[in-house]
Amino acid sequence: MTETPSSALPLKNNEQYTLNFGPQHPAAHGVLRLVLELDGEVIERADPHIGFLHRGTEKLIEHKTYTQAIPYFDRLDYVSPMCQEHAFALAVEKLLGISAPLRAQYIRVLFSEITRILNHILNVTTFALDVGAMTPFLWGFEEREILLGFYERVSGARFHANYFRPGGVSLDLPKGLLEDILDFVKKFPKFLEDTENVLTENRIFKGRTVDIGCINGTDALQWGFSGPNLRASGVPWDLRKSQPYDVYESMIFDVPIGEKGDCYDRYLVRMEEMRQSLRIIDQCVQEMPEGPVMVENHKITPPKRADMKVDMASMIQHFKLYSEGYHVLPGETYTVVEAPKGEFGVFLISDGTNKPYRCKIRAPGFAALQATNFLSKGHMIADLTAIIGSLDIVFGEIDR
Amino acid sequence: MKNFFSFFYQEIQSFCGRDLLFFGEMIFKILMVILPLLLGVAFLTLFERKVIAAIQLRRGPNVVGPFGILQPFADGLKLLHKEIIIPHRANKFLFLLAPIFTFTLALSVWAVIPFGFKQSISNINVGVLYVFAVSSLSVYGLIIAGWASQSRYAFLGALRSAAQMISYEVSLGFVIVTVVLCAGSMNLQEIVLAQQKFWFVVPLFPMFFIFMVSAFAETNRAPFDLPEAETELVSGYNVEYSSMPFALFFLGEYANMILMSVLGTIFFLGGWLPPFECRPFTWLPDGAWFGMKVLILLFVFVWVRATFPRYRYDQLMRLGWKFFLPFSLIWVVLTAAFVVFLKESGSL
Repeated sequence: MTETPSSALPLKNNEQYTLNFGPQHPAAHGVLRLVLELDGEVIERADPHIGFLHRGTEKLIEHKTYTQAIPYFDRLDYVSPMCQEHAFALAVEKLLGISAPLRAQYIRVLFSEITRILNHILNVTTFALDVGAMTPFLWGFEEREILLGFYERVSGARFHANYFRPGGVSLDLPKGLLEDILDFVKKFPKFLEDTENVLTENRIFKGRTVDIGCINGTDALQWGFSGPNLRASGVPWDLRKSQPYDVYESMIFDVPIGEKGDCYDRYLVRMEEMRQSLRIIDQCVQEMPEGPVMVENHKITPPKRADMKVDMASMIQHFKLYSEGYHVLPGETYTVVEAPKGEFGVFLISDGTNKPYRCKIRAPGFAALQATNFLSKGHMIADLTAIIGSLDIVFGEIDR
Repeated sequence: MKNFFSFFYQEIQSFCGRDLLFFGEMIFKILMVILPLLLGVAFLTLFERKVIAAIQLRRGPNVVGPFGILQPFADGLKLLHKEIIIPHRANKFLFLLAPIFTFTLALSVWAVIPFGFKQSISNINVGVLYVFAVSSLSVYGLIIAGWASQSRYAFLGALRSAAQMISYEVSLGFVIVTVVLCAGSMNLQEIVLAQQKFWFVVPLFPMFFIFMVSAFAETNRAPFDLPEAETELVSGYNVEYSSMPFALFFLGEYANMILMSVLGTIFFLGGWLPPFECRPFTWLPDGAWFGMKVLILLFVFVWVRATFPRYRYDQLMRLGWKFFLPFSLIWVVLTAAFVVFLKESGSL
C-alpha cells in the first residue's frame, strides 16, 4: 500500500484520487489488485497488479512426470478444469504421436462442453452480481451443483477432476450418467430463460452494460483477446471451428458473435454459447460410440486393476508408469483448445525424458486483464466492476 | 430550523410545568412505540432474509429457533460482543457520533406517526413537515461517518449518499405536496381521515410510484444502494464500522425502511382505514389494517432488492433530476389546478 497517501482527502497537486481496489475486494474476482486514479468517480487510469496467486505451476510441471502434471491444469482456471486438462492431454498426445479412441474423444468433448456451461454460469451470474442483481447467482449455482455432480460421478471429484489423460480418459462413464445428462439438457434452458427474463431486457441492467467497455474487433485482436470476449467484438473466431480437435469436426453448432464488443454483448455471447453447448452435449450423448476409453498402447496406458492382482508383468508395468512415468519423444508443440475463457494454449517441449523440459501456458484471462485500463478509461468505478465481471477473469490462470 | 428547536423548547417547558404522572405516561408512550419498533426492525431482517431466500431457491435462516425465529437476536448478540474498532486516523468523536446521530434521528421521526385513530405520541399540526425535517437530517449521519472514518471507500460512499438523498428528497417533497393538497392538511391523522372515500393511491397512482422509488433511494435500498454498493465500494460509508456502531447504522437503515413504508401507507393507502367501510372489513382492528399495509410495502422493498440490478451513480442522478423532478412538479400543478377547480364548482 505504498502508493496510498496518508489522508483520505484529495491531496495537493491535482484533483486525482488514488484508490486501492483489491486484492481483498468483493468485486475483484479473486485477488486482483487495481490501483485506480480517479477524477471524482471517473477512472483516469486503472493499473492492474497481479501475482497474488502465483504458485509457480509452470516450474512445478517441469519437475513432475506427464501424468503428475495433469492435476495442475485443474488448478489453473479452477472454474473450467477439464478444458485445460484437454489442452495438456492433446499436447502430449501430439508429442507421442497417438490419438485417443473415438469413445474417449466423445467423452472429452462432452465434458469440455459441460465445463463450458459450468464456467459461463459462474461468469454470467457473478457478472450480474457485480452490477447488483444477486438472484441469478443463486439460481445458477443450483444448476452448477448438478453439473458438478456429473463431474463427481465420472471422476470422483467435484472440482479438480484429474479425469482426462494423454491417450483418452481415466475411467469409462458410469451407468446411467448419459441419461441424466440428457435430462439436464432438457431442463437447463429453463434456467437460461429465467436468467434472461431477469437480465436481458432489464433497463437497469442494460443501462449498466450497454456501451460500457467497448472494444472493436481490431483492438480486441491486438490486445490478444480470444474466446467469448473476442467474439463479442464481432470476430467469428472459434478454435472448435477453425482448427477442430477431437470430434468437434462432426459437431453441429453455431458460433455466436456480438457487434459492439461492450459488456452487454459479452453477456449475450456467453448466454448463447451455453445454448450451443447444450446442442453439442446432446449430439455427444446421442452419438456416443462403444469401445475403449484409453489407447491400447501399454507403454502409456496403465494396466487394469484386475490384471494387476494376478499378473506380475502388469504389476511391474503399473509400478513403472506411476513412479517413473512414460518417456516422450523429443519435440515441441503449441496446442490450443477453445477453453470457456478463450484460447488456452500449452507450449510443451520434451527432451525425451519422463518430464517436460518446459511447459508454457497461455491463459486467455491474462490478455483480457491487460486491457482493463484500455476498457475502463473514462468510465466510472461502477463500470469498472461491470467490465472486470464481463471479461471473465479468474486469477488461477492469470497468475499460474 | 428555528421553528424546529423552538418546538422542542416549548415541549420541554410544558413538561416541567406539568406533574410527574404525565411525564411517566409520556415515557411509557415512547417505550410503547420504540420497543415494538426495534422488535419490528429485528424481525424485518429475518423477514427480508426469508423472502430473498425464497426467491433465490434457498431456505434462509432455519437453525436458531424454530424457522430461524431467534436469528435476529443471535445476530444482535454477536454484534454486541464484537470489538469496537476505531481506525487510528479516524476522528474518534465524530466517528462515534455518526451512528448515534443516525439512530436517534431514525427513532425520533416516529413521534408523530399515527398507528390508528388518535394513536400517536404527539399529534402535531405540521406532522408532515416534522417528518420531512427529521428524515432529511439523517444524511448528516452518513456524511459524518464517511468523513470521520478517513477511508477512501467510506468517503466515496458518503459523497454518493449525500448527493443521492438530497436529489430524491426534492421529488419526494413534491409528492408529499400533492398529497397535502388533496388532504388539505399537514396533520398526518387528517391526511388519513381525508382518505375515507377513496385512498389517494387511486387518483395519485403515478405519485405513489414516484414515492416508492424515491423511498428506495432515500433509504439507500436496492436498486439505489449506491452508498453501500458492495461490489463497488465494498460497504460504502460504514466500511470502517464494527460492533455496536455498525449495528446502530443497520438498525437506523431498517427503521427508516419501515418508516418509509409507514409513510406510504399513511399518504396513499389510507393508513389504518379498512379498504371498505362495511361489515367484514371493519371487524379487524385499526392496527391490523395498518400493519398489513406496511408489511405489503416492506415486501415490495425486499422483492425489489432481490430482483433488480443496481443503478449507476450518474444514471441515478439523471433519473432523479430529469424524470422524477419535472414529472412530480407537473403533477403538483395539475393537482392544485384540479383541487381549485373542484372547490370553485362546489363539489369539494
